[in-house]
Amino acid sequence: MDMQATKKKLGLKERYQVMTRGLDWTPSYQKMEDIYPYVAYEGIKIHDWDKWEDPFRLTMDAYWKYQAEKERKLYAIIDAYAQNNGHLSVTDARYINTVKLFLTGVSPLEYMAHRGFAHAGRQFPGAGPRVACLMQSLDEIRHAQTQIHALSNYNKHYNGLHEFRHMHDRVWYLSVPKSFFDDAVTAGPFEFMVAIGFSFEYVLTNLLFVPFVSGAAYNGDMSTMTFGFSAQSDEARHMTLGLEVIKFILEQDPANLPIVQRWIDKWTWRGYRVLTLVAMMMDYMLPKRTMSWKEAWEVYFEENGGALFKDLARYGITMPKCAETIALEKDHLSHQAWGTFYNYGAAAAFHTWVPEKDEMDWLAAKYPESFDKYYRPRLEYWREQAAKGNRFYNKTLPMLCQTCQIPMLFTEPGDPTKICYREVDYKDNKYHFCSDHCKEIFEHEPEKYIQSWLPVHQIYQGNCFPEGTDPTGEGFDPLAAVLQYYHLEFGRDNLDFEGSEDQKNFDTWRGMATKNV
Amino acid sequence: MHIDLRTVTIKPLRHTYDHVARRIGGDKPASRYQEGTFDLQATANFHYRPTWDPEHEIFDTGRTAIRMADWYAFKDPRQFYYGAYTLARAKQQDTAEANFEFVESRGLAQALPVELKEAVLRVLVPLRHVAWGSNMNNASICAYGYGTAFTQPCVYQSMDQLGIAQYLTRVGLLLGDPDTLDEGKRAWMEDDAWQGLRRYVEDTFVLKDPFELHVAQNVALDGLLYPLVFETLIDDVLSSRGGTAVAMLTQFMTDWFGETRKWVDATVKTAAAESAGNKALLEQWTRHWRDRAAAALLPVARQVLSDNADSVMSDVVVQFNTRLAKAGVAI
Amino acid sequence: MSTVFIALQTNEDTRPIIDAILADNPHARLNEQPAMVKIDAERTLTVRRSSIESLLGRDFDLQELHINLISLSGNIDETDDELTLSWNA
Repeated sequence: MDMQATKKKLGLKERYQVMTRGLDWTPSYQKMEDIYPYVAYEGIKIHDWDKWEDPFRLTMDAYWKYQAEKERKLYAIIDAYAQNNGHLSVTDARYINTVKLFLTGVSPLEYMAHRGFAHAGRQFPGAGPRVACLMQSLDEIRHAQTQIHALSNYNKHYNGLHEFRHMHDRVWYLSVPKSFFDDAVTAGPFEFMVAIGFSFEYVLTNLLFVPFVSGAAYNGDMSTMTFGFSAQSDEARHMTLGLEVIKFILEQDPANLPIVQRWIDKWTWRGYRVLTLVAMMMDYMLPKRTMSWKEAWEVYFEENGGALFKDLARYGITMPKCAETIALEKDHLSHQAWGTFYNYGAAAAFHTWVPEKDEMDWLAAKYPESFDKYYRPRLEYWREQAAKGNRFYNKTLPMLCQTCQIPMLFTEPGDPTKICYREVDYKDNKYHFCSDHCKEIFEHEPEKYIQSWLPVHQIYQGNCFPEGTDPTGEGFDPLAAVLQYYHLEFGRDNLDFEGSEDQKNFDTWRGMATKNV
Repeated sequence: MHIDLRTVTIKPLRHTYDHVARRIGGDKPASRYQEGTFDLQATANFHYRPTWDPEHEIFDTGRTAIRMADWYAFKDPRQFYYGAYTLARAKQQDTAEANFEFVESRGLAQALPVELKEAVLRVLVPLRHVAWGSNMNNASICAYGYGTAFTQPCVYQSMDQLGIAQYLTRVGLLLGDPDTLDEGKRAWMEDDAWQGLRRYVEDTFVLKDPFELHVAQNVALDGLLYPLVFETLIDDVLSSRGGTAVAMLTQFMTDWFGETRKWVDATVKTAAAESAGNKALLEQWTRHWRDRAAAALLPVARQVLSDNADSVMSDVVVQFNTRLAKAGVAI
Repeated sequence: MSTVFIALQTNEDTRPIIDAILADNPHARLNEQPAMVKIDAERTLTVRRSSIESLLGRDFDLQELHINLISLSGNIDETDDELTLSWNA
């Protein structure tokens, strides 16, 4: 008998079907609700998990093959970059502060994504989404590790990176990205997927990676460019998963629409608030600039995101309401954020500075409506003061938004001269917010957000000093004690770039390469 | 102007991250495994309790009864971080691909005696579902376990088991056709020979303690199943009946078990050495799940070994007990 | 009109892929950026295996795209022979 002749030839879709979906079965010795206990409580109704359309169809053998090839290339470049002192080829040492922000703020989130997708991948009763989530879980540990490995060489030569893991759980501004991800993983599995899979990966990730990575390329950081692009090649799969999740949930039951819409609104805003750090990086921290935050927002959110929401309109999904507020903020966001970090430069694990004149001119050209009018005079004043030996460091602690945990630095929509404050009374306490959107998020789930570990509150409550500290003792210096708790080395990790150890070392080392000493 | 940066000799400020230095006894160069593993998981200042498990923090040592002073006492002897892991698997999949290609191109599958082919399909095809179960259980340990040193290998284990389920699917398609897969699933759902094993797998799906799940899945079930099916039934019994080609198709599984058991042993050894309480717990879990796994696997073995399944099974159990004794768990 | 896009790293591997995409999609626009290209197209964009193979002179598995892919947008439909990105609206 000729077996080959009778054999059915399977196409990509059918082959993938038997390689994944066909592995699952309906249990009979244990109840579905005991095996998948978290799938119902969010109110999402799924009638038929088999309707799931697999995004990319990679079997594990192909996955190993292609990923290993990416890893081989990536580590070859990381090694070569380290061996050749590639860090000295970046535009100037101020650039290195962007990788500090990335390693302390973003890399720990990659790790959280790894664990979060393992959780989602365990909890969905459908085989298709489970496999897609688990593959993403595996990719995410890759991203955390390749970032740590690629930036390890910077840590050997520059300050601010040495305690990235410890700082992420403690330092005031790092509670912004940390609380964002804690919020997502503590939500139910469906909300997690909308939060991270859709809102972050699909709608916002291009705003994080593309500017960051092309910023690295522009500024001579081959190592970061390589891990960035290499990670992005996985993101393309993740984005597709994120989009599929939304479509699948919406197609399953019309009752899912309002729940999903609320999640999209919430997570677009939550994600956007985290991207404040990226906005500031693009406009202020890259010595050689690629595009402004405003331009990036217009290309990647307004244009590409616009097409996406138009496509989703057939399900009844509308553009998140917050997009209007964001459009009003885009001329101001990066300037207000950098101003705040400049103020609190003594308590940050990277250096801050006043931009050079040509950099201010670039900002003025990119932000004709706002920069010269509102922000240049302030920066010039700070420069003058610094020249006179009065470099301004704010020694008080800022009030934080209960939801996004960013200091109350944002202005009223449409009025850049007035700080935006919102408040809510809840169970005998007053809670403060930076915006209507953060306030609404709180009001919908107050029991969740009253738990927020707000760094400033925690400092005032005495929870952010090294063990054994006596705050009532003679000569107690609260800032010094907090920095010790952060493992932040005063005078090395913080303060102005001008006069920093990073600046001196970079100049000396570069000098060694160009002069005879 | 060309700047030759390579010629610059710089004394670095430090050799690794501080949290890594604290664990390796000072500031010295650290391996990629160490930098990619130590303290990666958050341990402090979680913002919110999981809405799906408000009794615990996001990561919480209280999810298991095993107690560790330091969850980074666990070391993966393979030192797998993602890069090392994928490179190792890519090499193995190259070999597997070559083996499949070899069997396919020489028509070795068709040349197998019909009886033998049927025996192979009868045993291997339903095991797709067992591997799928392990994929799910290791995702669970990875999600709810504590500390990257313990949880990281579980995501690799989870995806390995998906890969194994897919290789078994390919064996089914190569020796049979898509209907063979349906028949295997029917047997898995209905035939008496498989019900003990299916019950075992479904029972592990509801285990809440990640370390007990590790024992039930990676220690006990795989610890008996792989030596029984891949090392004994395929590599010895069926090969001697003319099934060498099948052994080529399952080489991935044999090699994989030889490698991963080193990690599994290391976890048991470390946890048992920590305290008498852990040791007692591990002994109790291992004994319980070993007995259940052995009972569930016996009817599977009988499908191929009509006369000596019992003695083969008890040999496998003896070997298992010796292996665990070396890891510090006497059963 | 809604735009879909695919972004790829620029290197020796992707040159023929980019050429094939541009040849198969005359309506597409090439947008060159540092170390990457972004190919934008109104409504739909198709990546064809056979076109890449004829430029490459060897067999090509569309999943090899993953190695150099940076980003994309649009709904995806993937078969052995084609990868299509599209918006419905």
